[in-house]
Amino acid sequence: MTTPLPPDPASSYPTAAELSSEIRSGRLTAVAAAQASAERIAALDGTVRAFLHTDAERSAAWAADADRRIAEGSQSDLAGIPVAIKDNLCIEGEPCTCASRMLENFRPPYTATAVRRLLDAGAVPIGRTNLDEFAMGSSTENSVAGPTRNPWDPVRAPGGSSGGSAAAVAAGMAPIALGSDTGGSIRQPAAFCGVVGLKPTYGRVSRYGLVAFASSLDQIGPFARTVRGAATVLQTIAGHDPLDSTSLSDPVPDYLTDLDEPLAGLRVGVVADHFDVGLDKEVADAVQGAIETYRSLGAEVVNVTLPHSKYSVATYYLIAPSEASSNLARYDGVHYGHRAKKFGSLEELYERSRGEGFGNEVKRRIMLGTYALSSGYYDAFYLKAMKVRRLIQQDYDAAFEQCDVIASPVTPTTAFAIGELADDPLAMYLSDVYTISANLAGIPALSLPCGFSKGLPIGLQLLGPALSEPKLLRAARMYEFTTDWHTRVPPLQDQTGVTP
Amino acid sequence: MSDAPHSADQPSRGSLPDDRDIEAVIGLEVHAQLATRTKLFSGCAADFAPDEPNTRTDPLVLGLPGSLPVLNAAAFRMAVKVGLALNCEIARFCKWDRKQYYYPDLPKGYQISQYDLPVCGEGWLDIDAEEGVKRIGITRAHLEEDAGKNMHAGGVSKVDLNRAGTPLVEIVSEPDMSSAAEAKAYLERLKLLLTYLGVSDCNMQEGSLRCDVNVNFKISTADGAKATPIAEVKNLNSFRGVEAAIEFERTRQLEEFARTGETLNAGNKTTRGWDPDRQVTVPQRTKEEAADYRYFPDPDLVPVTLTEEAIEALRGELGEFPADRRVRIGEVWELSDYDAGVIIERGKPFADYYEEVAQTADDGKRAANWCTQDVLRDLSELNHEIDTFPIPAGTLGHLLKRVSAGELNTKAARDVYADLLSRPRGQNTPETVDAIIDERGLIAVTGGAELEAAIDDALANPKNAVAIETVRDGKQQAVGPLMGQVLKAVSGADPKTVRAMLLERIGGAG
Amino acid sequence: MAEPAANPQITREDVARVARLSRLAVKPGELKAFTNQLRAILGYVNLLDEVDTADVEPMAHAIEVRDVLREDVPTPMLPREAALANAPATDGEFFLVPQILGGSDTPSGK
Repeated sequence: MTTPLPPDPASSYPTAAELSSEIRSGRLTAVAAAQASAERIAALDGTVRAFLHTDAERSAAWAADADRRIAEGSQSDLAGIPVAIKDNLCIEGEPCTCASRMLENFRPPYTATAVRRLLDAGAVPIGRTNLDEFAMGSSTENSVAGPTRNPWDPVRAPGGSSGGSAAAVAAGMAPIALGSDTGGSIRQPAAFCGVVGLKPTYGRVSRYGLVAFASSLDQIGPFARTVRGAATVLQTIAGHDPLDSTSLSDPVPDYLTDLDEPLAGLRVGVVADHFDVGLDKEVADAVQGAIETYRSLGAEVVNVTLPHSKYSVATYYLIAPSEASSNLARYDGVHYGHRAKKFGSLEELYERSRGEGFGNEVKRRIMLGTYALSSGYYDAFYLKAMKVRRLIQQDYDAAFEQCDVIASPVTPTTAFAIGELADDPLAMYLSDVYTISANLAGIPALSLPCGFSKGLPIGLQLLGPALSEPKLLRAARMYEFTTDWHTRVPPLQDQTGVTP
Repeated sequence: MSDAPHSADQPSRGSLPDDRDIEAVIGLEVHAQLATRTKLFSGCAADFAPDEPNTRTDPLVLGLPGSLPVLNAAAFRMAVKVGLALNCEIARFCKWDRKQYYYPDLPKGYQISQYDLPVCGEGWLDIDAEEGVKRIGITRAHLEEDAGKNMHAGGVSKVDLNRAGTPLVEIVSEPDMSSAAEAKAYLERLKLLLTYLGVSDCNMQEGSLRCDVNVNFKISTADGAKATPIAEVKNLNSFRGVEAAIEFERTRQLEEFARTGETLNAGNKTTRGWDPDRQVTVPQRTKEEAADYRYFPDPDLVPVTLTEEAIEALRGELGEFPADRRVRIGEVWELSDYDAGVIIERGKPFADYYEEVAQTADDGKRAANWCTQDVLRDLSELNHEIDTFPIPAGTLGHLLKRVSAGELNTKAARDVYADLLSRPRGQNTPETVDAIIDERGLIAVTGGAELEAAIDDALANPKNAVAIETVRDGKQQAVGPLMGQVLKAVSGADPKTVRAMLLERIGGAG
Repeated sequence: MAEPAANPQITREDVARVARLSRLAVKPGELKAFTNQLRAILGYVNLLDEVDTADVEPMAHAIEVRDVLREDVPTPMLPREAALANAPATDGEFFLVPQILGGSDTPSGK
């Protein structure tokens, strides 16, 4: 069994819901909340390095605006709530670097729809978080700014690619954050950092203004310390956007009203293969423990199979790089972005600007994708992967005939050490084994804390059919309600000696 | 690439073949810019504005990270109409693909196009060829976005993205044309059709109609038929250029064949550009590797489906095709086939103009004379399109109606017309016509049949023979007695005009 | 029925070709590491060869959405200063690049 840390009330910090209630009752202003976030970032981020940039003045202005709206009677759950934004989401006039040298000086002239909706709800962006360059990675090590540290153990990776957002929430710098998830980039760092992370159904949240990695897989989603926090953010950012052709027009259901109602007759699917080789025993035990908790809550545990899931990593590492090779062709040193200083011809300008602007992981994926799409290889690689993708989706369709959610690990291990997998791209890719099939199938999935091993958090993944977020969130809340993993906070102050 | 059987330095393979044994094989790829208000995948204005570079952009047009495409419904409907007018199979399901290459006028690094499931499949277009009507096969027609424009100036190239993202329909023909004249006839017929559909203005100078020519030659020789390697000549933007490029290629390919004997094979198609200044085609730099566009389905866009009903509804909106309209206006307005042809081939706006003039004047023949002579002449002199011509159709029609009613003679009408021509279009209402007539007293001149009859009488009266002869000899003042007779016969007639009419009728040295 | 297997042994020349196609300057020293890494990854993805996909429709989108079109109505544009603001080189009106020497692999429509 896992080794729970002793609770440390002194270092506890409020959830989004607690903060919202303080703000709406008038005991706390949005400006003060933003200020507290900024102070905590100032005190801790030298260690954690979750943020790439902050703009205190602009955050204060947003906060003042939120206070004005609260005074005018705004009932928004997010009014005045500080939010950390992954640095691959555009905000007009702010840097958006994607942790790449390529976009070091880029400032988009427009704002992403998801961020726009948060701003409209009165949330206060308090900074831009670190990521693997262009969201390509599982450790937040592939950042031009250097790695983010896991708040639970700074020698370890926070996961990735949304490692900065996960670490910011885990370290109490912001109660909520936005990330993006292409193959697990929200759920895996959520698991490594002990917070809740949700990848919604593909198309549920507009991708407009999200710097594309792999368009058919990318989805924006929230981080929060609780399921309610994640549901509140989703409630705000979900919904059809005429600027995104792939955004779903289905009405957005109410995720919050019934959130605390336990689901009667819940059927939890379990896939035996998930507990096979390669899974750490302590992670397996924690996830099995969570499944037992569901059983004890009256859920029916059902064995299901996903026969093609063993092909998901291979499928993903053809489709995602193929799309990425195309999506990243626009960074050519002509219209924006890095341009090499020395070049003779146009061809040299292209090759050197891109050669200098991109890091090795990005180059690797661009070359892999270019190869998979190139003449003579398309059928064997890209087309084949698109076909297997359908089989993977069909597996889920069949499984969800028998169960409402599938419970699984998020990661095979707890947070690995920074540098541990850096020289072995394939090993790093294989660590995504539990998360990427949800992106391939387009279904929603979330990660929530379900235990600890040697002081490091363990995540439980719940997956549901497309647009089943209401049920998925309620199922997660059912579990969260009976446990206290989510109330643990990393012993960060003790380690750094910094007092916020 | 070079599995050519003979290298260039080998001795000549003999003299040029006889003309009778040579047949051109020509296929055309036409890019027509669609006349939408906004671009193919964003709401950015689609007017080209060449004098204001980089003022017609938005995040999508610039290819900024995070921007996403959304299909323009009007552009899609236009493409379906083009397909229907070209008798194409219309796809019930079509999708969008990325064609990937690097070029400064292509900000995303790929062009959104249609690869394997275009909106329009096989069809045909009939043209007038030497031996009669010839049916040219259409391979496909698809929608795609245009690139921006690169301009080359003193060591640097300058990039304007105003045109980037503008909707194009690309119409690919079968290699069914066998002469430059047929290629020109095809282009003319296609241009006419597109303008009648109202989907493109087809202005070649402004680049809204561009053409690539695939051309090679079949040669009958003693050892059987041979074919020269295909040349693709890119980016022709005039009909004259298309003809000239084909003629140039004829000479070039046949000389090349005579020299090397190289024949068509799977790997020896070449790409050439047209140099309009030197009137030659020039080889475009061939890279060591063939272009690899890495087409794949665009994940940012979703497929478009069409129902039978939707297709039929669009068919209903097609309007009258030029060939049908030519027959109809010939019948309705009793025009010669020649006049009907001139009116129709001038394009839909001109045919619309003509028909409005004819309706208003209620005189199709008179309208045809004025439109095909005076209006066409002045359009070219003033360098105007019919939409900006100073005299609106209703105004000209009103003028001609008064002529037909006998209220105005042709000469007076020409004066009024000339007056109108010198004024801004905005002022030229039918009331202006009446005002000019009144102002100049032209109405009195044309007191109608009565005045004409009085003049006829005066000229026919033997008593006036001497005076008429004197006038004809150049002494215009001798017309006075005749004027008196006419003015006496027609009360209210304007003396100045009667004088002019008499002098005109008598003619002579004056 | 299995489709033709891809060559798992991507060569250094293949990687050099792909780097050129991707417009990525790769130093000779880096080429070896990239080749080994891509070889390992491609070797792994050949796992897909064992999946029978003969009658399977390829899946390009995660969720099936169709017929998303917008009306032909203009929306705000960027002023030129904003359009050029992020560009590495402009003359205030145009984006600037080194002289383009014709050709390249440009398709028609130019």
